[in-house]
Amino acid sequence: MPDFEPILLRRINAGASPALDAYRADGGYRALTKALTEMTPAQVVDVVKNSGLRGRGGAGFPCGVKWTFLPPNHPGPIYLCVNADESEPCTFNNRILMDKDPHQVLEGILLACYATKASVAYIYIRYEYGTAYRSMQKAIDEAYGANLLGKNILGKEFSLDVYLHRGAGAYICGEETGLIESLEGKRGWPRIKPPFPAVEGAFRKPTVVNNIETLACVTHVVNRGADWFKTIGIPPDPKNPRDAGSYGSKLYCISGHVNKPCCVELPLGISVRELVDKHGGGVWKNRKAKGCIPGGISMGLMTEAEFDTPLDFNGPGKVGCLGLGTAAVTIFDDTTSIVDVLYNICRFFAHESCGQCTPCREGTGWMMKMLDRIRQGHGRMEDLDILDEVAKSIGIMPGTTICGLADGAGWPVKNAIAKFRPELEGYIRGGQKTSMSLAVVH
Amino acid sequence: MAVVLINDKPVDIGNERLNLVQAAAKAGVFIPHYCWHPALSVVASCRMCLVEVGDKKPDGTVAMQPRVVPACQTPAKDGTVCITNSEKAKFSQARTLEGLLLNHPLDCPVCDKAGECMLQDYSYRFGKAQSRMIDPKNRPANKPDIGEHLSLFTDRCIMCSRCVRFTREISGSAELQVINRGHHSEIDIFPGDPVNNPLAGNVVDLCPVGALANKEFLYKQRVWFLKSQKSVCAGCSTGCSIHIDHNKDIVYRIRPRENPQAQGYFICDEGRFDFPYINGKERFDRPLVKPAGERSEPAESAVAWETALPDIRDVLKKSASALAAVVSPMLTVEEAYLFAKLIKGFSPQATLYLGWVPNVGKDESFPRDRKGNPVGPVQFTIRAEKCPNRRGVEEVLKHFQGEVLGFDRLIADISSPLPTGGEGAGVRRRPQALYLTAGYPPRLGAWLNDEQTKTLSTIPLLIVQDLAPTPITQTARYVLPAATFAEKDGCFVNHANLAQQIRWAVRPGTMGRTDGQIFLSLLGRRGLIQATKIRQELAAEIPFFAPLAVGDLGEFGVKLG
Ligand SMILES: Cc1cc2nc3c(=O)[nH]c(=O)nc-3n(C[C@H](O)[C@H](O)[C@H](O)COP(=O)(O)O)c2cc1C
Ligand code: SF4
Ligand code: SF4
Ligand code: FES
Repeated sequence: MPDFEPILLRRINAGASPALDAYRADGGYRALTKALTEMTPAQVVDVVKNSGLRGRGGAGFPCGVKWTFLPPNHPGPIYLCVNADESEPCTFNNRILMDKDPHQVLEGILLACYATKASVAYIYIRYEYGTAYRSMQKAIDEAYGANLLGKNILGKEFSLDVYLHRGAGAYICGEETGLIESLEGKRGWPRIKPPFPAVEGAFRKPTVVNNIETLACVTHVVNRGADWFKTIGIPPDPKNPRDAGSYGSKLYCISGHVNKPCCVELPLGISVRELVDKHGGGVWKNRKAKGCIPGGISMGLMTEAEFDTPLDFNGPGKVGCLGLGTAAVTIFDDTTSIVDVLYNICRFFAHESCGQCTPCREGTGWMMKMLDRIRQGHGRMEDLDILDEVAKSIGIMPGTTICGLADGAGWPVKNAIAKFRPELEGYIRGGQKTSMSLAVVH
Repeated sequence: MAVVLINDKPVDIGNERLNLVQAAAKAGVFIPHYCWHPALSVVASCRMCLVEVGDKKPDGTVAMQPRVVPACQTPAKDGTVCITNSEKAKFSQARTLEGLLLNHPLDCPVCDKAGECMLQDYSYRFGKAQSRMIDPKNRPANKPDIGEHLSLFTDRCIMCSRCVRFTREISGSAELQVINRGHHSEIDIFPGDPVNNPLAGNVVDLCPVGALANKEFLYKQRVWFLKSQKSVCAGCSTGCSIHIDHNKDIVYRIRPRENPQAQGYFICDEGRFDFPYINGKERFDRPLVKPAGERSEPAESAVAWETALPDIRDVLKKSASALAAVVSPMLTVEEAYLFAKLIKGFSPQATLYLGWVPNVGKDESFPRDRKGNPVGPVQFTIRAEKCPNRRGVEEVLKHFQGEVLGFDRLIADISSPLPTGGEGAGVRRRPQALYLTAGYPPRLGAWLNDEQTKTLSTIPLLIVQDLAPTPITQTARYVLPAATFAEKDGCFVNHANLAQQIRWAVRPGTMGRTDGQIFLSLLGRRGLIQATKIRQELAAEIPFFAPLAVGDLGEFGVKLG
């Protein structure tokens, strides 16, 4: 395949200025002008729907379809919540987009709001993203100054206000309804559904929640059309009637035991192996990979043998992973103990579970305690069965929790037990102690 | 009309909007639940109520959902299929319980809730006997000062969030919150802001486990020693349905009893905590008599009922034409009726006055925000009228006398130039003898001021029926012991004309008698009082009370008027 010409990272890779003038000089806000002058909101929705663009935040829900779930002819207000919480471990593409090309994101937000008739957009930004916060704020200020935000944008009937809202450092506030609760000033406890946010979301009004990268894509979809977008990526698997395809490009994050951790934009469907070897500079220290976390730790684990799996919306599931997730690949080398990997993962989820649902609250804590004991050399064989049972019984897929955090917490554990059982058993049998010391977060 | 299938059994739920916990209850199937409570918002977070759910299609086929769902969050619709006892449902319920017990201290032997704990009960019915966790449990610190009457045993909490939602949705005061995350989540307050709202005690009943404890009850009785009586609170004119929990003639605890017609699910703290006077040492338990002419000296002496009552009857008869009686709104309808009948029986000219109606402050409605402003629809009201039966007594008085004369009228009449004797119907006389019933709980304080006490003491013959010594009992010729609401049968009519039944839980001292029994004996009727019979009698006689002819007023009472 010839080298892919980046779309979202085009200006960033070229070192272009994030300022409004520079963005405009590079053709920025053309999509907005086009939409406002030539298209009805319904037509924008249609383009996005036809493009097959799926959410980049983790769940992969078709973006245009989500917009159609808003109640028709609602008197308003309708809100857009922009998910910039980006707290899935090893995921950092939203940050790059906001840091370096904020107007591209803002244009996507404007288009989404025009399409959905939203009058206010809240960007819920992860607290730790200081530079992104400042950069986005600057872009918003510039946009207000240039009549790209505020009343009667570009002299048209369309008005929009955008607010930046900083989170306080909780993974769960990236879950869309946890985000909404937090935005409303409440504890970030995901809501039960129904009602879905499209019907009753922020401040009890219809609300669309979209990821930063999804919205950045919207800019280009509107600019260049659905057909163009569909030339990139992977069409639906004809054998899988539920596959909605994996069109477009994706910002893949590569981190862990590689020589060159980075974020690259590639058409959906690239394999882990190609990512590591070609873009990540290979496994570090001339070692071999033992496995990877394919899309943020919620998606489970892949063994090295599974590295040829394409990273599209359909691929990771074929090897027992939860899904594409955020497409943030973390490699661990063959000297890494799977017990340490798992302990670290479990510690994260035990720390981040919001604590509402009994199975998640207690399950994540218990799994962490078991793994802590195992890594200290006091594991029992039956712990693996208990871990497996707990991991498989928590989450929205078995139906025992409110949000998907619990699925994500269980998936790597059950994957590890299925894929790395001999290592785990050997570890327990040998009464081995871990080589790593991790301060236990309680 | 909607038919729901619960474990293959069809139940018709009509047009009711129910969730599956409620629909299953209609089918006689109990779905365990913690976080769901009919008075609170649905959060579906405890996951105790997990069941399998499907849809029965018109062609008879059933499509089951692949995952378990919380019954509390699932609306019951026509054709909904709910399975609570499949392996999958039972496994899910058992796993939730196992999770809840992981960090639970299992200190049932020293826990107040043991015996009425939903964690114990569900574990027994739906859980596993053995914990599989060998790792150390979390041990969060207890919070004994979370409220004036409340103590939090933090480690026993199962995080159902009922208490939090109560303070937000019912009291509105929002003192409680969850702090920390994950398995370190805890219930807490903001520093220096304890749960002291007037409804705070309800969180103890709402708490399914022994986490939130009532400090007034803590370590006083094991609950399995308690007997429970269904009754009505006498604290204000709302007339909340309650349980009186008692043992060996001592009241230990008062809890709300659900009554959609009266107050709903809750009671206020005044009603909950103001009962120790019932067990009070200072209570009268036998008649006291003072020799005539020595009324200022406290030279009273106890006399047997058998002597006192005939004496009182005689002296009342002698003063018949200038006789007055004060009918306390603390009396039951039946007692007021017997009393009125007794007094009017001596002479049609004898006058009945309504006793003091205590009014304290204003009605307080909830939820209200932290500044005291009402928010949202009213969920609970504590009424300013601090007596249970003004309405009932008024109707009795209207029947016997055509009008209701207030207590102030009595004071005025005593000091006025009304005639003291002679005949002539409809002419009020200056009272020469007064039979005064009171029975107010001591929390209300001295209800007669010095002036009023002085005025009343000018009456030659004063008979006072009250709970405990007060200045007026000291000047009385005869003192008769009154009984509290916990000691008698009868009914009260609340502010909205709802007649509700109270039932005796404890006896009024070894020698005590209830007010109704005293009136019955004075009327010369034999035997023990049977409130139901009296109720039927007065229902036949007084049209307002006609609906009480049913006798037993049931759990929720009967609407009058
Ligand atoms: C525990 C949890 C954490 C999540 N964190 C994020 C996040 O940090 N950023 C994000 O965009 N989506 C996150 N999501 C997914 C969102 O719920 C939601 O699906 C997404 O924001 C929708 O946007 P999209 O359709 O544009 O992808 C998270 C989901 C879960 C269950
Ligand atoms: S699944 Fe976990 S994180 Fe999600 S709402 Fe429930 S307790 Fe919170
Ligand atoms: S203290 Fe009791 S009512 Fe409150 S959350 Fe814990 S278990 Fe539930
Ligand atoms: S009772 Fe249904 S989830 Fe708690």
